[in-house]
This record gives sequence, structure tokens and C-alpha cells, in this order.
Amino acid sequence: MKLNSKIPDGPIEKKWDNHRFNLKLVNPANKRKYTIIVVGTGLAGASAAASLGELGYNVLSFSYHESPRRAHSIAAQGGINAPKNYSNDGDSIWRLFYDTVKGGDYRAREANVYRLAQVSGSIIDQCVAQGVPFARDYAGYLDNRSFGGAQVSRTFYARGQTGQQLLLGAYSALCRQMDVGKVKFFARREMLDVVVIDGQARGVICRNLVTGAIEPYVGDAVVLATGGYGNVFYLSTNAKASNATAIWRAYKRGAAFGNPCYTQIHPTCIPQSGEYQSKLTLMSESLRNDGRIWVPKKKGDTRKPEDIPESERDYYLERIYPAFGNLVPRDVASRAAKRMCDDGYGVGSTGRAVYLDFGAAIKRLGKNVIEERYGNLFDMYHEISAEDPYRTPMRIYPAVHYTMGGLWVDYNLMSSIPGMYVVGEANFSDHGANRLGASALMQGLADGYFVLPYTIGDYLATSKFKQVSAEEASFKETQREVGHYVKKMVSINGKKSAEEFHRELGKIMWDNVGMGRNKAGLKKALAKIPKLREEFWSNLKIVGTASELNMELEKAGRVADFLELGELLAYDALHREESCGGHFREEHQTEEGEAKRNDAKFSYVAAWEYAGANKAPILNKEQLKFEYVKPSQRSYK
Amino acid sequence: MNFKLKIWRQKNSTDKGRFVEYLVKNISPDASFLEMLDVLNVELTRRGEEPVAFDHDCREGICGSCGIMINGRAHGPGHGAATCELRMRAFQDNETIVAEPWRAKPFPVLRDLVVDRSSFDRIMVAGGYISAKTGGVPDGNAIPISKPIADQAMDAAACIGCGACVAACPNSSAMLFVAAKVSHLALLPQGQPERKSRVERMVAQMDAEGFGNCSNNYACEAECPKEISVSNIARMNTEYILAKIR
Ligand SMILES: Cc1cc2nc3c(=O)[nH]c(=O)nc-3n(C[C@H](O)[C@H](O)[C@H](O)COP(=O)(O)OP(=O)(O)OC[C@H]3O[C@@H](n4cnc5c(N)ncnc54)[C@H](O)[C@@H]3O)c2cc1C
Ligand code: SF4
Ligand code: FES
Repeated sequence: MKLNSKIPDGPIEKKWDNHRFNLKLVNPANKRKYTIIVVGTGLAGASAAASLGELGYNVLSFSYHESPRRAHSIAAQGGINAPKNYSNDGDSIWRLFYDTVKGGDYRAREANVYRLAQVSGSIIDQCVAQGVPFARDYAGYLDNRSFGGAQVSRTFYARGQTGQQLLLGAYSALCRQMDVGKVKFFARREMLDVVVIDGQARGVICRNLVTGAIEPYVGDAVVLATGGYGNVFYLSTNAKASNATAIWRAYKRGAAFGNPCYTQIHPTCIPQSGEYQSKLTLMSESLRNDGRIWVPKKKGDTRKPEDIPESERDYYLERIYPAFGNLVPRDVASRAAKRMCDDGYGVGSTGRAVYLDFGAAIKRLGKNVIEERYGNLFDMYHEISAEDPYRTPMRIYPAVHYTMGGLWVDYNLMSSIPGMYVVGEANFSDHGANRLGASALMQGLADGYFVLPYTIGDYLATSKFKQVSAEEASFKETQREVGHYVKKMVSINGKKSAEEFHRELGKIMWDNVGMGRNKAGLKKALAKIPKLREEFWSNLKIVGTASELNMELEKAGRVADFLELGELLAYDALHREESCGGHFREEHQTEEGEAKRNDAKFSYVAAWEYAGANKAPILNKEQLKFEYVKPSQRSYK
Repeated sequence: MNFKLKIWRQKNSTDKGRFVEYLVKNISPDASFLEMLDVLNVELTRRGEEPVAFDHDCREGICGSCGIMINGRAHGPGHGAATCELRMRAFQDNETIVAEPWRAKPFPVLRDLVVDRSSFDRIMVAGGYISAKTGGVPDGNAIPISKPIADQAMDAAACIGCGACVAACPNSSAMLFVAAKVSHLALLPQGQPERKSRVERMVAQMDAEGFGNCSNNYACEAECPKEISVSNIARMNTEYILAKIR
């Protein structure tokens, strides 16, 4: 496979402008002759579908949810970045660019990141115009707060519900296009394959989740906006249904998968409390604005946190990283928490937790202010743990949260299958090996509102399309394959539920491919996953049929793909003999236990190519060039 | 903890449906209601019986997917929380728990506890938006909005579209849901140009979907997981009257 990143020439500040000027346009009257399929209605998918519809294309929008508004993006809490410099604290496009490249541990494309920083300001304007009720100060202007990995306040927020409000904004833009008939929305449809004709993505095959029908949909281009694959670990902060099926099936049809091992563990989540647990709950990073993280200085101290005097607390992030303190990036904060617990300083009944304490902030600002800033998060914590965080510190522990890896895309967001675009968390593009807080919402909306609508036009204007219908042999064939696959799964008639397989896979992944990875562990995972997969295909039990609403079948399909993706993830992690961002190989660390990169050997994107069932995937490399931000050992001290 | 469950089972929208009883044992009081159903479903699958279908996704009270009538109350006992936020410690050991789907004509049952709430989407499509063109808008700080107004808009915008208000209402009225959106946008300066047509069209669509009228019962507010205030209904009524007389 030949990868061409298509990064435009010229100085970084001019690349996007020049490129936009050079892109071919589809004339307004011709736009309605094209049909674009958009799978997913999270921030990336809803914004893309709405903008494309507004431009005049016919858009078919799909989601396995009952409504576009249910997408996982709705759960984002903390905020969205933009270098508006409203806080007058020295922010700029350049600084956001720099912070993101550095935060990603020098494993992202400079040109993409710069463009992201450039368009992010327009996102805020757009959202305000749609009626997103961002937080405001008493003068009526937009308010900001700080997030990890930055020393400026550039995060816009709507209480602890930023994702909800942004998604409702994008959903309303989508509704507007549905109202005028430019977007047609298909609810409860799960995309199970892409159809590639003459090397171009020309459609998708979906399962109608209510009737079980396997349905073909034809288009001139396909956009995947299907989110991340964090649920390969079973326990994560992702919504329960979030899955990798769309991108995994596309991978098997020829789309390269970029950096699957770059997964993010978020430092502040509510710790696991029992075997029955079905997901982990995030406590937004914004809490680190006012909360202080600590453990007792004495190992195995079982006193209540309130009874431990100041002098016997170790505010370890403030101690080790005085410049950034509690606001170090996520990978750094997560590993520090793990180290503290590994060394015996952890708290709570399992010893796998640290404190996040608001005592000082409440004293300084008053309970009201804290309630206004984080009320819903405090309530959520209270609800789950039955402890009142206004009185006693929260107990937190890192959890799987986000995947920087995803389908490889060029500068135009096109995958290695011509005509198939990938936006939002589903692509690998902008965050390198570690994403900074409040940057996923920014990227999803940047892709959907301000990048894809331009770049897809160039493809449509410059490609030849043969007339295609769902009666075409390739469509019929793919449809048949999908139907067969679904039936096969239902007919295994073994003994174990998909849920049990998923938990087992999750445990293998977390134990061996989680926060700390090493050769022996990764090899163990690579031995265990194929065995579990084999068992899955001989011992899975699904009650009911494929021709009705069958949630067990839906789950099983997703788990089947995780059982393959998990292996690629471990494979990638084993090949990457360095530590960078969220990928921490225990063999490669500095004396202080920080991630140690190997730029000479690994300054590239690993784009894996499918080679067939039970064959080793093929590694393609896209070399990364750093012309503006020179790679160095990251320091937050 | 142990529980006796009486769960509504219905194969599809044409099936008549019935209650079926199940026993679940050794449930942690810290488990959520949905995790308790997970345990039951794994058990049912092992026995070769069809698991109970229910909608859910975020499991933290924000996506609006979940929604079960538990012991006659939308989202079960407690206030200001969705079904997924409910923990088993809210029940007594050995209690009998009745679980049913939302019951309302505009929310047909698809299977067991899963209903079709696409009528809500259709109301939103009927003008529940501001027509802001992508890109062609002023700077975010160009129009200051006073904090109390922004906060009130946010209070209304917090609705998760779960439909509990409809399920709780004896008339299956969707007034709280629609009023929350109308208020959110009517309060903001950006929402002014389409203010009149928005309320008219959304109310017309709400009626066309077959939702009932509001008789000031206020069960909606009591069961709303986001504690959306009925004062929004009053605001919508005013908006509607103003739109009609102007
Ligand atoms: C708890 C939590 C809090 C977060 N907080 C923040 C934050 O404060 N700031 C920030 O920047 N980021 C945050 N993030 C990350 C951010 O929310 C996500 O990365 C982002 O929302 C992903 O958006 P998306 O549009 O790419 O995908 P998603 O929102 O995941 O949407 C995926 C869509 O694809 C559809 N789909 C998927 N597969 C299929 C298929 N096969 N067929 C049909 N449809 C399909 C789904 O139905 C859905 O509509 C948070 C994440 C979590 C988990
Ligand atoms: S108003 Fe409340 S109960 Fe009704 S849909 Fe919105 S959140 Fe649910
Ligand atoms: S599952 Fe999302 S609100 Fe309950």
C-alpha cells in the first residue's frame, strides 16, 4: 500500500488556505446530483452531515441509536478548546498548536494540528450562533477554564455538560437539514460493511436493528464518524454501545489502521467497586482546576482522609511537576497515580485509588462557587459512591477513556480507500500518542463543520463515477456475506453470552495492554486473544433470531470485532519499542519513570494493512517530519 | 440482595405483551438497576431464554436512552435521576419490583422495555433549531448575554429527551419536553428571529404526533431526571399566545 499524506507545501500558517484555494469545487447546481453517506451522528457525524446538507448534497445519515442525539459525544463533560485569547493570558493559534504537538508526544502530523488550531475559533462562534448556552461571566461574555497540558485558560464549557450542549447544537443543525429534506436520517441501523466498487467506496450495508433486515445503501462517497474503540477494554468511560465495527469492517476492506496502540487512560475516574460493574464513570478533567490530588505520606494509612493532617499528605503532582502541578497531561497524571498505588500509597478498600480533594477550594471560593462549577459531577459522584465530595475527598483512579488511534487518513481526511472519509475519534489524525483534554470535541467539530465539507468536494469534482445501483453484483455479494455472517453467529448455539466473552477480553487487554505494557505481557495477550476468539466462534450463545430486535446479537457482533481489533492493538504495541504518550512500554522509561521515546526509530505513523484472516497484518510507515516544533523529552516540571 | 422482578415482555409492536416473573439473587446494593438487569440477562441467556431488551447507552444520566417505569414511577424511586443512575440500595431486600416500558400512544413499544421515541425527533425537526449557516456567523463574544439569562437557557437546555415526562403524565403530554426546547431558544438573543414560527410549528407537530394536553398535573416535573421546571410550560404558553395574536 502506498500512503500519501497529501500535506500541502508552503509555510505552516499558509498550508490550509493555499490548499483550500487549490481544491476543486463542485458547482452549486451539481451538488444535488451527489449522495453522501454519513455513518454516525456524534459531534463529527452530525456536524458533517448538517454542513454537507447545507451545501446542497443529498445526505443519508445513519446511527445505531434511536435518535442522532443519543450519540456518545453527549456524555462529554469538561469542555472544548479554542485559542480565542479572551482571557488575555497569552494564548494564540501557535500556542494551541505547540501544546497539542507536545502533548501528543511528537507523534502527530504538524500540518493537521496547525489546521485544527486555526479553525477551532470558528467552532465557538458557530456553536454560539446555534444557541449553545456556554458559561458566561457577569458581564455576559464567554467564560473559560483550564485543562491539562496547558498553562492558559482556553476551554469553553457549558456547566459539566459541554458535550451534551455541543451535540444538541449539531443535532439542531442536522434537524434543520432534515426539515428541508437535504438529510435523511436512518435510526437504529448498524453499518456492517462498506461496498467498494472499482476501488471506490460506493455504499454501505446496514442491519435494520428493529426488523433484522440487511439493507444496502448507495452513495458517491462514504463518511465514517463512528467514534472510538475504548470498549475493547470492556470497562471504560465510553458509552456501552460504543464499538469498532464500522472501522474494523472498513479495515478489512482495505482501509489502513493508524496507531491502534495509542489509547488514553484518563486519570480521574470513579474506581471500580465490584465484579458486576458495567462501565466506569469519568470525573471531568476540569475538576483538576480546583481539586488537589494527594495520597497519605505513610504507606497503607487507613485513617479517614479528614483525619490525615496536611503535613502527612503528599500532593505528589504538585511535588513532582511544580510548573503544571495538578494540570499535567493525562498520560503523566495516570501513570503517577498508578505508581503511587503500586508503591503501596493507594487508598480506599482496594488500595487502587488516590484522593481528589476540594477542601482548599471550598475554603477559598465557598461551596456555592464549587457547586456552580461542578455541581452535576459532584451529584454523580455522590449517587455512585454514596459519599459526599463536598465533605470528603473523591477517590479516583485511571480508566480507559479515548483512542487516539483509528483509521489512517490523509490531510483531506480520506482513508486509504478512495471515497471513504473518516472524521472524529474514528480517525487517527490529530492527537499523536496522547490527546489533551477538551480537544476531542474540538477535533470532531473541526472535521465536520470546517474541513470535510471542503475536501470531499474536491474528490467528487475530480473523480469519475460509474452509475451504480443496489442491484449491482458487488452490492448483492456484500449484502449476502453480511447476512451469512449474522446468521452464522446466531446459529453457534454454545453456552456463553457475548457479555462474558467481552469481560474476558477486557481483562486480558487491561492486564497486558493497559497502562503499563511490556514484551512478556503483550506476548501473553497475543497468545490468549486468538484462543478466546476461537472459543467465541464455537461456544457463543445468542437466544432469539436474526430477524427481530435482538440486542444480544448486536452485542455479539461488536464483541467479535473487538476480539480481532484487540489483537492488532497488542501487535502494534509490541512492535513499538518505545514509550510515547499513552503508549508506555515499561522497558523504555527515563530514570524518573517518564515515557522515553525513540525518535530515530519510531517517528512514524504505523498504518496497518489487512492481509487476510489469520495472517500477520502488513506495516506501512508514514514518516513524521517536525519542522516547527522540535521534538524533545517532554517536561512538565 | 435478592429481588422478585415482574417484567413486561413483548416480542414486538404487534404482540400483546404480558408480565413475567423472575428472581435475581446476590445483587450488590451498589449495583445499578441496569447492572441488575445485566445479571438477569446473562442468567437468561445461559438458560436459553430470551434476555430482556432495554435501551441504554451512557449509563450516567445524560444520553436519554434509558427509561423504565419502575414500580409505577418513571425512572423509579428517587428524584433527579435517570433509570441508569438508580442503585439497588434504593430498594428493600426481597422487594418485588415491577418494570414496564413507557406507556404512551406516540411511543410504540418495539420490544419488552424498548419504545420508539422518534416522535420527539420529528418535533425537533419542525423548527427546534436556529438557522445559523455554517461559517457565516459573528464572533462568539459579539453578543453579550447576561449570566442569569444564559443560566436559565442552560437550565432548559439540560433536557435529555428521555420521555419520562410523557410517561408520567396521565394525558401523555409532551409539554415539558417541547417547552424546554422552546424556552432554551426563546430566551437567547440568537433565537429571536424564528421565535414565533418555532413555537407554532413545534406545537403543531406535537399535536399531530398524538401527545395529550397539559392539565397542570405536574407529574412531569416530579419525574424529570433533569428537574426541568414547569415554569417552562408557562413560558411556552405565553410564547404561543403571543405568536398567535401578533
Ligand atoms: C465521559 C466522557 C467525557 C468526555 N469529555 C470530553 C471533554 O470534556 N472534552 C473533549 O474534548 N472530549 C471529551 N471526551 C471525548 C469525546 O467525547 C469523544 O471523543 C467525541 O465525542 C467523539 O465524537 P465522535 O463524533 O467522533 O463519535 P461518537 O460521539 O462516539 O459518535 C459515534 C456515532 O457513530 C454511530 N455509529 C458507530 N458505529 C456505527 C455503526 N456501525 N453503524 C451505525 N452507526 C454507528 C453511533 O450511533 C454514534 O452516532 C469525553 C469522552 C467521554 C467518554
Ligand atoms: S423534560 Fe425531563 S422528563 Fe421530559 S424528556 Fe426532558 S429530561 Fe426527560
Ligand atoms: S443510559 Fe444514558 S441516560 Fe440512562
